[in-house]
Amino acid sequence: MLFSPVHPMHIPDGFLSVLISIVFWIISVILIGIALRKTSQTLGERQVPLMGVLAAAIFAGQMLNFSVTGGTSGHLLGAAIAAILLGPWPAVLVMTSVVSVQALLFQDGGILALGANLFNMAIIGPFVAYAIYTLLMNLFRKKTWGMFVAGFVAAWSSIFIASLSCALQLALSGTSPANVSVPAMGAIHALIGVGEGLITAGALAFLFAARKDLLKPGEAEPASSKGVVIGGSLIALLLAVLSPLASSHPDGLEWVAEQHGFIETAKEALYNIIPDYTMPGISDPAIATIVAGILGAIIVFGVAYGIGRAEKRIHTQEGA
Amino acid sequence: MRELYTHNLSVIHRIDARTKAIFALAFIIFLNLTPSGAWPAYILFTTLICSLALLSRSGMSLILKRSLLALPFVLAALPLIFAGPAPQGQVTVLNGLQITYSMEGLSRFASIAVKSWVSVMAAVLLAATTRFPDLLLALEQLRIPKLFVAIIGLMWRYLFVISDEVTRMLRARASRSAIAPGSGHTGGTLLWRARVTGGMAGSLFLRSIERSDRVYAAMLSRGYTGELPSYETIPLSTKDMLTLVLGILLLVLLWALGVLTGG
Repeated sequence: MLFSPVHPMHIPDGFLSVLISIVFWIISVILIGIALRKTSQTLGERQVPLMGVLAAAIFAGQMLNFSVTGGTSGHLLGAAIAAILLGPWPAVLVMTSVVSVQALLFQDGGILALGANLFNMAIIGPFVAYAIYTLLMNLFRKKTWGMFVAGFVAAWSSIFIASLSCALQLALSGTSPANVSVPAMGAIHALIGVGEGLITAGALAFLFAARKDLLKPGEAEPASSKGVVIGGSLIALLLAVLSPLASSHPDGLEWVAEQHGFIETAKEALYNIIPDYTMPGISDPAIATIVAGILGAIIVFGVAYGIGRAEKRIHTQEGA
Repeated sequence: MRELYTHNLSVIHRIDARTKAIFALAFIIFLNLTPSGAWPAYILFTTLICSLALLSRSGMSLILKRSLLALPFVLAALPLIFAGPAPQGQVTVLNGLQITYSMEGLSRFASIAVKSWVSVMAAVLLAATTRFPDLLLALEQLRIPKLFVAIIGLMWRYLFVISDEVTRMLRARASRSAIAPGSGHTGGTLLWRARVTGGMAGSLFLRSIERSDRVYAAMLSRGYTGELPSYETIPLSTKDMLTLVLGILLLVLLWALGVLTGG
């Protein structure tokens, strides 16, 4: 059995420009480094078994689903429940492990795009969920029903805000215009988020009945988590304001994308070095390209056929 | 749940995991740096990865099938065809309904689809020819924080145990809430179904936290002090080093070809 179908938030390779990928790699690596240090301080040597087993649980827990209507179903992604149960920094580590293994072992999300995927699902997800959960819990004065409502809203927002970030990354890379990607991603994930929210609230209800003490650690360390609450709220606000703006002015983002197009500039430079690049003997560039394409196809089949033959020979020799 | 790794002793399987990991990353980076519409370069990139896949004897059909998994995401780039850069053309469909399209947008869309597909093939090939513990060791030797590698390693060990547990939970739910034939509904109302699933998720968490306590106790009793045994870092052999350098050189050549031919 293979794992769940490809989730619309795991960006595969090829969809993000190399520059955007690298920028998000750097941001994610810095924040994950902080998370590693923080959890080492609070959990000590228990960190490895607890984080490892819980990451496996979130990964496998993504198989949990319930049918909605027709063929659609609600799924669990788990960033919110991890942030509520463990606090923001351990949740970042758990989700980082989940998203990395999905990319490395199951090709769910790209390798170059992993930095951006980590940013959306392992950083924005837990941060936003934690910030909103904490704010709402204070608002509801820690009432029991307030906890379930806060859990639902936190889970829904973590999915929705992460999808906005994903849409903006695609728009910045020039892959998908913002006026299409933001409403489309937002609308799909506003629905997916409801499933996530319901499962999260249900899980909180179960844990409240079974092990009330487990629901405390997220509230425990107010000093270090204050920054996360502020940071998470800021990210949520910024993305919620920025994406409709980007969506109604797609040219602005396109302009940024064009500015990033330093590769194009490099290409022009190369053209200047070799101004009259053509296939030898063919002057029309279009025909030259076609000829090159045909040559390429011949090379593909030739090399593949050769290797296939060679392998077969080695195989039969080994067999004999 | 199934891992991609298939065991055999092909040339590709025997290459050092560090070489393979770096080469796969370099392959994906150079492929993505190639401008859109550089078809000759794409063909050569595809040839390279297909040749390596054939050499690895992992089964071409498996790699092709697996690499198509990411294809639905192409929908995200679909608007490029209709909203791409000028010059835009128009086709009239039916009476009076005009659809705007852009040739450059179409070429960009196709480039994204091809790049994505070939990148996924590289990632699939890496996973199919490298044992996961070897890949983890390679990551550790490539200076990924040891603590993080340890967490992922432990996660991988328990992944199969816990996914069996989830399968049992799903089976238990299916056996208790009957599915009416043809209706597609199970059990009660939508809210009820969501709550049951939430309860399953909560119970999975609880069991996993308790399991991690037992794992920790077992580790302690075997002498765990917060430090995991480290492996001696063996420098890359000259042969692996040479393979890597030549491989990356080839990628640079393909990329340069792409820059020259790209539109």
